[in-house]
Amino acid sequence: MVLLKRLVLDILKPHSPNSLDFCATLAAAAVDMQVSCRVIAVDAKTESVEVCIEGAELHFDQIEASIRAQGASLHSIDEVEVVSLVDQNS
Amino acid sequence: MKLCARIALIGEHSQSISIARRYFVVNGFDGALTMLGIIVGFYHSNPGPPNAAALTIIVSACLGAAIALGASGLSSAYISESAEQKSELQELEAAMVDDLDGSSHGLAARWGPWLVALVNGLAPLLISLFILLPLLLPEAFSLLRANVLETAIVLGLGAIFLLGVFLGRISGHFWLFSGLRTLVIAIATSGVIILCTPN
Repeated sequence: MVLLKRLVLDILKPHSPNSLDFCATLAAAAVDMQVSCRVIAVDAKTESVEVCIEGAELHFDQIEASIRAQGASLHSIDEVEVVSLVDQNS
Repeated sequence: MKLCARIALIGEHSQSISIARRYFVVNGFDGALTMLGIIVGFYHSNPGPPNAAALTIIVSACLGAAIALGASGLSSAYISESAEQKSELQELEAAMVDDLDGSSHGLAARWGPWLVALVNGLAPLLISLFILLPLLLPEAFSLLRANVLETAIVLGLGAIFLLGVFLGRISGHFWLFSGLRTLVIAIATSGVIILCTPN
Protein backbone atom coordinates (compact mmCIF):
# COMPACT_ATOMS: atom_id res chain seq x y z
CA MET A 1 0.00 0.00 0.00
CA VAL A 2 1.24 3.46 -0.92
CA LEU A 3 0.47 6.54 1.16
CA LEU A 4 0.52 10.07 -0.22
CA LYS A 5 2.50 12.26 2.22
CA ARG A 6 3.24 15.52 0.46
CA LEU A 7 2.06 17.47 -2.57
CA VAL A 8 3.15 20.74 -4.15
CA LEU A 9 0.44 22.08 -6.47
CA ASP A 10 0.37 24.95 -8.93
CA ILE A 11 -3.12 26.48 -8.67
CA LEU A 12 -4.88 29.35 -10.42
CA LYS A 13 -7.54 30.89 -8.18
CA PRO A 14 -9.79 33.98 -8.07
CA HIS A 15 -8.86 36.72 -5.55
CA SER A 16 -11.81 35.61 -3.43
CA PRO A 17 -11.40 33.55 -1.27
CA ASN A 18 -8.05 34.99 -0.17
CA SER A 19 -5.06 32.69 0.42
CA LEU A 20 -5.77 32.39 4.14
CA ASP A 21 -9.38 31.24 3.65
CA PHE A 22 -8.40 29.10 0.66
CA CYS A 23 -5.78 27.17 2.67
CA ALA A 24 -8.05 26.91 5.74
CA THR A 25 -10.80 25.36 3.60
CA LEU A 26 -8.28 22.99 2.01
CA ALA A 27 -6.99 21.96 5.43
CA ALA A 28 -10.56 21.36 6.62
CA ALA A 29 -11.05 18.78 3.85
CA ALA A 30 -9.28 16.15 5.99
CA VAL A 31 -7.78 15.70 9.46
CA ASP A 32 -4.09 16.18 10.24
CA MET A 33 -3.18 18.20 7.16
CA GLN A 34 -0.63 21.00 6.98
CA VAL A 35 -1.19 23.48 4.17
CA SER A 36 1.13 26.30 3.17
CA CYS A 37 0.71 28.69 0.30
CA ARG A 38 2.92 31.09 -1.66
CA VAL A 39 1.51 33.62 -4.10
CA ILE A 40 3.51 33.46 -7.34
CA ALA A 41 1.72 35.96 -9.58
CA VAL A 42 -1.25 38.32 -9.26
CA ASP A 43 -3.49 39.25 -12.19
CA ALA A 44 -6.54 41.56 -12.45
CA LYS A 45 -9.02 38.86 -11.41
CA THR A 46 -6.88 35.84 -10.58
CA GLU A 47 -3.70 34.80 -8.80
CA SER A 48 -1.33 31.86 -9.22
CA VAL A 49 -0.39 30.15 -5.97
CA GLU A 50 1.93 27.32 -5.04
CA VAL A 51 0.29 25.20 -2.38
CA CYS A 52 2.23 22.68 -0.32
CA ILE A 53 0.14 20.05 1.48
CA GLU A 54 1.57 17.61 3.99
CA GLY A 55 -0.14 14.93 6.04
CA ALA A 56 -0.03 11.36 7.27
CA GLU A 57 -2.36 10.16 4.52
CA LEU A 58 -3.51 12.62 1.88
CA HIS A 59 -6.50 11.93 -0.36
CA PHE A 60 -5.91 13.61 -3.69
CA ASP A 61 -9.57 13.36 -4.79
CA GLN A 62 -10.77 15.27 -1.70
CA ILE A 63 -8.09 17.93 -2.19
CA GLU A 64 -8.95 18.37 -5.86
CA ALA A 65 -12.70 18.58 -5.07
CA SER A 66 -12.03 21.25 -2.43
CA ILE A 67 -9.90 23.25 -4.92
CA ARG A 68 -12.68 23.13 -7.54
CA ALA A 69 -15.42 23.95 -5.00
CA GLN A 70 -13.55 27.18 -4.21
CA GLY A 71 -13.54 28.19 -7.87
CA ALA A 72 -9.85 27.45 -8.40
CA SER A 73 -8.24 25.14 -10.96
CA LEU A 74 -5.28 22.83 -10.59
CA HIS A 75 -2.64 23.59 -13.23
CA SER A 76 0.04 21.09 -12.34
CA ILE A 77 1.32 18.73 -9.66
CA ASP A 78 4.88 19.99 -9.16
CA GLU A 79 6.11 17.74 -6.35
CA VAL A 80 4.91 14.46 -4.87
CA GLU A 81 6.11 12.46 -1.89
CA VAL A 82 4.71 8.98 -1.29
CA VAL A 83 5.73 6.13 1.05
CA SER A 84 5.02 2.46 0.70
CA LEU A 85 4.06 0.50 3.81
CA VAL A 86 5.76 -2.76 4.70
CA ASP A 87 3.48 -5.68 3.85
CA GLN A 88 2.96 -7.58 7.15
CA ASN A 89 2.05 -10.84 5.34
CA SER A 90 5.29 -11.17 3.32
CA MET B 1 -22.96 23.48 4.88
CA LYS B 2 -24.88 25.36 7.56
CA LEU B 3 -27.27 28.13 6.45
CA CYS B 4 -25.27 30.91 8.16
CA ALA B 5 -22.00 29.70 6.61
CA ARG B 6 -23.69 29.46 3.22
CA ILE B 7 -25.06 33.02 3.49
CA ALA B 8 -21.61 34.25 4.61
CA LEU B 9 -20.00 32.52 1.61
CA ILE B 10 -22.57 33.98 -0.81
CA GLY B 11 -22.01 37.39 0.77
CA GLU B 12 -18.23 37.12 0.47
CA HIS B 13 -18.12 36.12 -3.18
CA SER B 14 -20.95 38.31 -4.50
CA GLN B 15 -20.63 41.21 -1.98
CA SER B 16 -24.37 40.68 -1.47
CA ILE B 17 -24.26 41.57 2.24
CA SER B 18 -22.98 45.12 1.62
CA ILE B 19 -25.34 45.56 -1.36
CA ALA B 20 -28.29 44.26 0.71
CA ARG B 21 -27.38 46.63 3.58
CA ARG B 22 -27.38 49.57 1.17
CA TYR B 23 -30.70 48.46 -0.34
CA PHE B 24 -32.20 48.00 3.13
CA VAL B 25 -31.60 51.68 3.93
CA VAL B 26 -32.55 53.01 0.48
CA ASN B 27 -35.79 51.07 0.08
CA GLY B 28 -36.58 51.15 3.82
CA PHE B 29 -36.35 54.95 3.64
CA ASP B 30 -38.64 54.88 0.57
CA GLY B 31 -41.20 52.81 2.47
CA ALA B 32 -41.09 54.93 5.61
CA LEU B 33 -41.34 58.23 3.74
CA THR B 34 -44.17 56.96 1.52
CA MET B 35 -46.21 55.85 4.56
CA LEU B 36 -45.45 59.13 6.34
CA GLY B 37 -46.52 61.07 3.24
CA ILE B 38 -49.84 59.23 2.87
CA ILE B 39 -50.65 59.50 6.58
CA VAL B 40 -49.67 63.19 6.78
CA GLY B 41 -51.83 63.84 3.71
CA PHE B 42 -54.84 62.15 5.32
CA TYR B 43 -54.20 63.89 8.65
CA HIS B 44 -53.94 67.30 6.95
CA SER B 45 -57.24 66.76 5.10
CA ASN B 46 -59.02 65.74 8.32
CA PRO B 47 -57.05 66.48 11.53
CA GLY B 48 -59.57 64.81 13.87
CA PRO B 49 -59.57 61.13 14.86
CA PRO B 50 -60.67 59.07 11.82
CA ASN B 51 -63.96 57.16 12.03
CA ALA B 52 -64.15 53.45 11.09
CA ALA B 53 -64.90 54.13 7.40
CA ALA B 54 -62.06 56.65 7.06
CA LEU B 55 -59.69 54.29 8.88
CA THR B 56 -60.53 51.49 6.41
CA ILE B 57 -59.73 53.79 3.47
CA ILE B 58 -56.44 54.96 5.03
CA VAL B 59 -55.34 51.39 5.92
CA SER B 60 -56.26 50.11 2.43
CA ALA B 61 -54.33 52.92 0.71
CA CYS B 62 -51.27 52.46 2.96
CA LEU B 63 -51.28 48.65 2.74
CA GLY B 64 -51.64 48.84 -1.04
CA ALA B 65 -48.66 51.18 -1.25
CA ALA B 66 -46.61 49.01 1.18
CA ILE B 67 -47.29 45.80 -0.79
CA ALA B 68 -46.52 47.54 -4.09
CA LEU B 69 -43.23 48.88 -2.66
CA GLY B 70 -42.33 45.38 -1.41
CA ALA B 71 -43.14 43.74 -4.76
CA SER B 72 -41.29 46.46 -6.66
CA GLY B 73 -38.23 46.14 -4.40
CA LEU B 74 -38.19 42.34 -4.70
CA SER B 75 -38.56 42.15 -8.47
CA SER B 76 -36.37 45.13 -9.45
CA ALA B 77 -33.49 44.08 -7.18
CA TYR B 78 -33.63 40.46 -8.40
CA ILE B 79 -33.66 41.43 -12.09
CA SER B 80 -30.81 43.94 -11.79
CA GLU B 81 -28.67 41.93 -9.36
CA SER B 82 -28.99 38.60 -11.24
CA ALA B 83 -27.87 40.33 -14.48
CA GLU B 84 -24.98 41.97 -12.63
CA GLN B 85 -23.85 38.78 -10.86
CA LYS B 86 -24.14 36.73 -14.05
CA SER B 87 -21.96 39.21 -15.90
CA GLU B 88 -19.35 39.19 -13.10
CA LEU B 89 -19.31 35.36 -13.07
CA GLN B 90 -18.80 35.29 -16.85
CA GLU B 91 -15.88 37.73 -16.52
CA LEU B 92 -14.31 35.56 -13.81
CA GLU B 93 -14.87 32.39 -15.89
CA ALA B 94 -13.13 34.10 -18.83
CA ALA B 95 -10.16 34.97 -16.58
CA MET B 96 -10.03 31.45 -15.12
CA VAL B 97 -10.67 29.79 -18.51
CA ASP B 98 -12.96 27.42 -16.63
CA ASP B 99 -16.62 26.79 -15.85
CA LEU B 100 -17.34 27.98 -12.27
CA ASP B 101 -21.00 26.90 -12.16
CA GLY B 102 -20.36 24.16 -9.57
CA SER B 103 -18.07 26.31 -7.41
CA SER B 104 -18.86 28.64 -4.52
CA HIS B 105 -18.74 31.54 -7.02
CA GLY B 106 -21.51 29.89 -9.07
CA LEU B 107 -23.53 29.37 -5.88
CA ALA B 108 -23.05 33.04 -4.96
CA ALA B 109 -24.10 34.19 -8.45
CA ARG B 110 -27.28 32.08 -8.20
CA TRP B 111 -28.34 32.90 -4.62
CA GLY B 112 -26.81 36.37 -4.09
CA PRO B 113 -29.54 38.14 -6.11
CA TRP B 114 -32.25 36.36 -4.05
CA LEU B 115 -30.63 37.54 -0.81
CA VAL B 116 -30.48 41.14 -2.05
CA ALA B 117 -34.01 40.98 -3.51
CA LEU B 118 -35.43 39.62 -0.25
CA VAL B 119 -33.90 42.44 1.79
CA ASN B 120 -34.91 45.04 -0.80
CA GLY B 121 -38.50 43.79 -0.83
CA LEU B 122 -38.94 43.14 2.88
CA ALA B 123 -37.36 46.40 4.11
CA PRO B 124 -40.10 48.78 2.85
CA LEU B 125 -42.86 46.26 3.63
CA LEU B 126 -41.83 45.62 7.24
CA ILE B 127 -41.02 49.27 7.99
CA SER B 128 -44.40 50.29 6.49
CA LEU B 129 -46.21 47.69 8.62
CA PHE B 130 -44.38 49.02 11.71
CA ILE B 131 -45.58 52.57 10.95
CA LEU B 132 -49.11 51.30 10.25
CA LEU B 133 -49.36 49.43 13.58
CA PRO B 134 -51.56 52.10 15.28
CA LEU B 135 -53.95 51.98 12.29
CA LEU B 136 -53.98 48.18 12.06
CA LEU B 137 -54.41 47.68 15.83
CA PRO B 138 -56.19 50.84 17.08
CA GLU B 139 -57.42 49.07 20.27
CA ALA B 140 -53.84 48.24 21.32
CA PHE B 141 -52.90 51.93 21.04
CA SER B 142 -56.07 53.25 22.69
CA LEU B 143 -54.22 53.52 26.04
CA LEU B 144 -52.14 56.37 24.59
CA ARG B 145 -55.39 58.39 24.23
CA ALA B 146 -53.99 59.96 21.05
CA ASN B 147 -55.22 60.16 17.49
CA VAL B 148 -54.00 56.97 15.73
CA LEU B 149 -52.83 59.08 12.77
CA GLU B 150 -50.65 61.19 15.09
CA THR B 151 -49.23 58.02 16.68
CA ALA B 152 -48.47 56.61 13.20
CA ILE B 153 -46.75 59.88 12.20
CA VAL B 154 -44.58 59.71 15.34
CA LEU B 155 -43.71 56.06 14.54
CA GLY B 156 -42.87 57.07 10.96
CA LEU B 157 -40.56 59.86 12.12
CA GLY B 158 -39.01 57.44 14.64
CA ALA B 159 -38.40 54.80 11.95
CA ILE B 160 -36.75 57.38 9.68
CA PHE B 161 -34.59 58.63 12.58
CA LEU B 162 -33.49 55.02 13.31
CA LEU B 163 -32.61 54.45 9.63
CA GLY B 164 -30.42 57.56 9.86
CA VAL B 165 -28.79 56.22 13.03
CA PHE B 166 -28.12 52.90 11.22
CA LEU B 167 -26.55 54.80 8.30
CA GLY B 168 -24.40 56.79 10.73
CA ARG B 169 -23.13 53.61 12.39
CA ILE B 170 -22.22 52.09 8.99
CA SER B 171 -20.38 55.18 7.78
CA GLY B 172 -18.72 55.83 11.14
CA HIS B 173 -20.33 59.28 11.48
CA PHE B 174 -21.89 60.53 14.73
CA TRP B 175 -25.17 58.59 15.02
CA LEU B 176 -27.22 61.47 16.42
CA PHE B 177 -26.22 63.85 13.62
CA SER B 178 -26.99 61.20 11.00
CA GLY B 179 -30.36 60.41 12.60
CA LEU B 180 -31.30 64.09 12.88
CA ARG B 181 -30.35 64.65 9.23
CA THR B 182 -32.83 62.02 7.99
CA LEU B 183 -35.41 63.34 10.48
CA VAL B 184 -35.08 66.86 9.00
CA ILE B 185 -35.65 65.39 5.50
CA ALA B 186 -38.82 63.65 6.75
CA ILE B 187 -40.13 66.80 8.50
CA ALA B 188 -39.36 68.95 5.42
CA THR B 189 -41.19 66.43 3.20
CA SER B 190 -44.17 66.50 5.57
CA GLY B 191 -44.12 70.32 5.41
CA VAL B 192 -44.17 70.27 1.60
CA ILE B 193 -47.08 67.77 1.66
CA ILE B 194 -49.04 70.03 4.03
CA LEU B 195 -48.37 73.05 1.79
CA CYS B 196 -49.30 71.23 -1.43
CA THR B 197 -52.40 69.30 -0.35
CA PRO B 198 -55.85 70.87 0.01
CA ASN B 199 -57.31 71.12 3.50
